Amino acid sequence: MLRIESLHTYYGYIHALKGIDITVGAGEIVTLIGSNGAGKTTTLSSIVGLVPSSEGKIFFEDKDITNSAPHKLVWAGISLSPEGREVFPTLTVKENLLLGAYTKHNKASIASSFERVYGLFPRLYERTAQQAGTLSGGEQQMLAIGRALMSQPKLLLLDEPSLGLAPNLVAMIFELIEEINKQGVTILLIEQNANMALSVSDRAYVLETGTIAMHGDAKELAGDARIKEAYLGAH
Amino acid sequence: MKMKMEPFNRDFITPIEQFLTKFRIPAWVLLGVFLLALPHFGFNTFIMRLFIMIGIFSMLGLGLNILMGYTGLVSLGHAGFFAIGAYTSALLMVHTDLPFLVTLIAAAITSGVVGGILGLPTLRLSGNYLTIVTLGFGEIVRMVIMNWRSVTNGVLGVRSPRPVMFGMEFTFANHGFYYTMLVLLLLTGLTSAAILHSRTGRAFLAIKEDEIAATMMGIRITRYKILAFTISATITGVAGGFYASLMPHIDHDVFTFDVSVLIVSIVIVGGMGTMRGMFLGAIILIAFPEVSRFLMEYRFVVYGLLLILMMRFRPQGILGWKSRLPYNLPKLVQKRVETGVQ
Repeated sequence: MLRIESLHTYYGYIHALKGIDITVGAGEIVTLIGSNGAGKTTTLSSIVGLVPSSEGKIFFEDKDITNSAPHKLVWAGISLSPEGREVFPTLTVKENLLLGAYTKHNKASIASSFERVYGLFPRLYERTAQQAGTLSGGEQQMLAIGRALMSQPKLLLLDEPSLGLAPNLVAMIFELIEEINKQGVTILLIEQNANMALSVSDRAYVLETGTIAMHGDAKELAGDARIKEAYLGAH
Repeated sequence: MKMKMEPFNRDFITPIEQFLTKFRIPAWVLLGVFLLALPHFGFNTFIMRLFIMIGIFSMLGLGLNILMGYTGLVSLGHAGFFAIGAYTSALLMVHTDLPFLVTLIAAAITSGVVGGILGLPTLRLSGNYLTIVTLGFGEIVRMVIMNWRSVTNGVLGVRSPRPVMFGMEFTFANHGFYYTMLVLLLLTGLTSAAILHSRTGRAFLAIKEDEIAATMMGIRITRYKILAFTISATITGVAGGFYASLMPHIDHDVFTFDVSVLIVSIVIVGGMGTMRGMFLGAIILIAFPEVSRFLMEYRFVVYGLLLILMMRFRPQGILGWKSRLPYNLPKLVQKRVETGVQ
């Protein structure tokens, strides 16, 4: 579904991505793990066109989407839930979700999106009329994911959904990610919480300073001694 | 699974607003009757002119509010659009036999087109830099008016004839100006409200809050910024066209930087992003210089002081959203927290 071929991205003189190859098949959950500064967020930003990439190609459903305008990708079926949530703080939960459905004109399809998101996150339904900025961190994360789902994407990009959340909330968010995947959404996940991420994913890539250090089956990677030492905190 | 949608709850609830929500329809009817009956209370021409000016500046506030309150772009050049609207309408009335309604529409279109063109730099500029461009625009319009003598009659200005509609000349005596103002104000208000509650309005709000997040919703930011400029300038142009018909004479000196600042002040004092705030802002800022005449030259000291106090104690404007106030817990919960009772 998504194919990245030897992608290079620079921030000025800094060579942030040094030719990475990633494929995400339809229906999969694929995780990108790596330490701070490895280039995880840069990869997502390059996919959605927020950061221009200088070399390499990105294909979505066999269409070349390299360096296309960010807003066009939402129409194509890619949706991003950004790092740090970035909900619209003074708008209500409902308005945030309606903005997520910006690419949809059909009232019935917007209504079914609402039902799906409120079904996944009943907490958001309770807070429909509340301003998003007054929600708790976990609720804002739910809203960010819910908002990204409103456009009925084929591919959902999640940037650090567990950032700054309490452990039981993290577990809940990951359960919901699996649930969303079961509803037929392909997911590319970026996580620092490697343990959690590997347990829900089909496959995983390990990024180290702009290159893919390892990739393979998520369960196998979770058992790999080097991964354990570097990311899982095992001794 | 069918869900019942809750109503939007953006505005904060004061006892007055609770009352107004409860008696919404009677309140609107009462306000309408009051406004329609206002000219028959026997006010003199001076007071009636003041009411009309408040109406015009409410329209200007509503126009700028779309740009500043909804989309988050500050313009210090709206006197320029006001001037373009006024001159377009006035010159057409002087040189052609077109009816007032047509010259007013022409004023709206001209101003809107120029607004769209001025919106183009917003693709590259943001924040203060954009504001400086708009400031320059306002001055350029004034310079063009002063120097393009063959069209604008230069510094001498334009003397426009009284507008005629349905065979009736507008005067203060028959309250033609007042009722035209009411109709235009109603139209502007309805347009404004319709935009805010539409998909377009939500896109504006999203851009104001977070441009990158808005892009990731699939919103084409550049298009909406230009659209916001166009709509804002169109409304301002209508106000200008009407202003030109009201005044027996307009010249470059009417559309100074001070007017741009006054419009911005109305939006800030009233409360950015609220519609009711624009009316309140216009009432306060237009009536204040007249009401405070007894203070003589000290009134600008008081005016400045009021603005400083506003900025300190209510930066979101008198009717601004509650968003920047601390979130209040429900009363019962608050009591429990305070007394420590579980």
